[in-house]
Amino acid sequence: MDRRRGPVDMHDGLVRVGRALRLVLLIVLALLFLIPFYLLVRNGLSREADITAADWTFFPRDIQWSNITELFQDPDVPMARALLNSSLIAVATTVGTLLLASLAGYGLARIPYRYAGVVFYWILGTLMVPAAVTFVPSFVLVSSLGWVSTMRGLVVPTLFSAFAAFIFRQYFLGFPRELEDAARVDGLGYWRTYWRVVVPNSRPVFAAVGTIVFIGAWNSFLWPLVIGQDRNAWTVQVALSTFNTAQTVRVHELFVASAVSILPLLLVFLLLQRHIVAGVERSGIDD
Amino acid sequence: MAPVVRKLLGPQNRNLWFWVFVGPFAIGLTLFTYVPLCWSVYLSFFDAHNTVSPTDFVGLDNYTAMLGDDAFTDSLVTFGLFTAFIVPATFVLSLSLALMVNRLRWAQAFFRSVFFLPVACSYVVAALIWKMSLFSGVRFGLVNTVLGWFGVDQIAWLSTTDPPWYWLVIVTVRLWLQTGFYMVLFLAGLQRIPPLLYEAAAVDGARPGWQTFRYVTFPQLRATSVAVVLLLVINAFQAFDEFYNLLSDARGYPPYARPPLVYLYYTALGQEQNLGLGSAGAVILALIIALVTVAQARFFRLGRKED
Repeated sequence: MDRRRGPVDMHDGLVRVGRALRLVLLIVLALLFLIPFYLLVRNGLSREADITAADWTFFPRDIQWSNITELFQDPDVPMARALLNSSLIAVATTVGTLLLASLAGYGLARIPYRYAGVVFYWILGTLMVPAAVTFVPSFVLVSSLGWVSTMRGLVVPTLFSAFAAFIFRQYFLGFPRELEDAARVDGLGYWRTYWRVVVPNSRPVFAAVGTIVFIGAWNSFLWPLVIGQDRNAWTVQVALSTFNTAQTVRVHELFVASAVSILPLLLVFLLLQRHIVAGVERSGIDD
Repeated sequence: MAPVVRKLLGPQNRNLWFWVFVGPFAIGLTLFTYVPLCWSVYLSFFDAHNTVSPTDFVGLDNYTAMLGDDAFTDSLVTFGLFTAFIVPATFVLSLSLALMVNRLRWAQAFFRSVFFLPVACSYVVAALIWKMSLFSGVRFGLVNTVLGWFGVDQIAWLSTTDPPWYWLVIVTVRLWLQTGFYMVLFLAGLQRIPPLLYEAAAVDGARPGWQTFRYVTFPQLRATSVAVVLLLVINAFQAFDEFYNLLSDARGYPPYARPPLVYLYYTALGQEQNLGLGSAGAVILALIIALVTVAQARFFRLGRKED
């Protein structure tokens, strides 16, 4: 298109220079974005003395794989327990949220009911006040139920995501009706239509919402900090934070622990990136 | 079957099925969002130290104490400053990245992954990297090392209040962590713009670059832009993780850079466990954020009518 207009060489040259500059800028920014990951690996596999040395070394002088075993043997850091807690919480939160929110989303989208609109706005209203702002009242409730430092306390209050229900509702509104009608003709009610026809044909949206919820649960901090007061109830994030803000710090141990904590997530991330991107895109189209 | 029951169940038991599907979620949401909120409003009128069933009614004292407390109003100012910077900065950076990545002819997936990868990282881990290594105040911090190569003295990034270098540390954590998320939103928006529009604009004489962006791309991204701004403001309100992990230590939290949630955390769950005061703070905050959300929605909707 450009070729037809104006002094051809000049214009072409400018476009090419512009493109090259843009690429250089992108490469520089990409390198900047990767620095924190580099620091994580470098410090995690270095000797303490090498990290705190006056001269900067770009790569660990000799790689300390033993830092990893040392981490799991340190009695001061309940890393194995914290990883287990985080895994259980993230899986339970993901399964629970998907189940509850998808059912609610389907009911709101597809079952005609006189007061469906009222219920919808009742749910939507909680989007105006984000959960984090109400952590004090929620703590009050959970502590009066006696759920502090329990798995129930860490998981149950976070299961009711208005956001997830909203995304499911939007998705089911666009679900092809013909499929459901066919099931209806075969004599299936709402319940069996949902499980036999709707869910199996909606895998991408479950994958998208699921990965977003999983990442959120794994990385969440304020709620586990407030509720997981007992050492045995610490999640990975709470454990890391406790050692980060402690009086004496072993830098290499903190970094190897951090690296271990994001490794499962990076794997999930790289393998399921397609779904995560789809989930993010869905979460934006909400107006 | 009695007619009343039949009416309640609705045609083909639809009402029953509606509640089977929606009920568990709606009840849970009520129990874990609306009930605590109401309880909190109740508590905020009582002197509730260390207790959730107080008896000492104090009227609006908690509210006047909260609003009269410089630390609380300072926390609102901190939030204001933080939002005023982080919202436009993230917006511009994520939109620029999306525009650049979108026009790449190769390695598009690679660059998208690189910028998106930090989304997998928690604020706790990011804050740890920033505090212990990148912006470590001692000589082995990366930024201080690089500055040292140019003969600049070490800077104690997190404890220097004049100039307030800690802001640089705080905002860069969030920029790094959330930009990729919004970049993906913008990329999705860009890919929804019909190519026909660009052809029409070119025919009308719009030059590629700024003019095309100003008159085609940006207006077409309107819905995405509105969603991004709303999400950015709500997330800024909830800022806690990076502040807490960057600035608190064994001695507690420093008297500066304290956003509302950090302040509430120490008031309600710190040594004093003053749940009445903490609840009053939560109610004030919830009101502010609801007002801001409504105001934003109004603002953007009004803008749309003018088009």
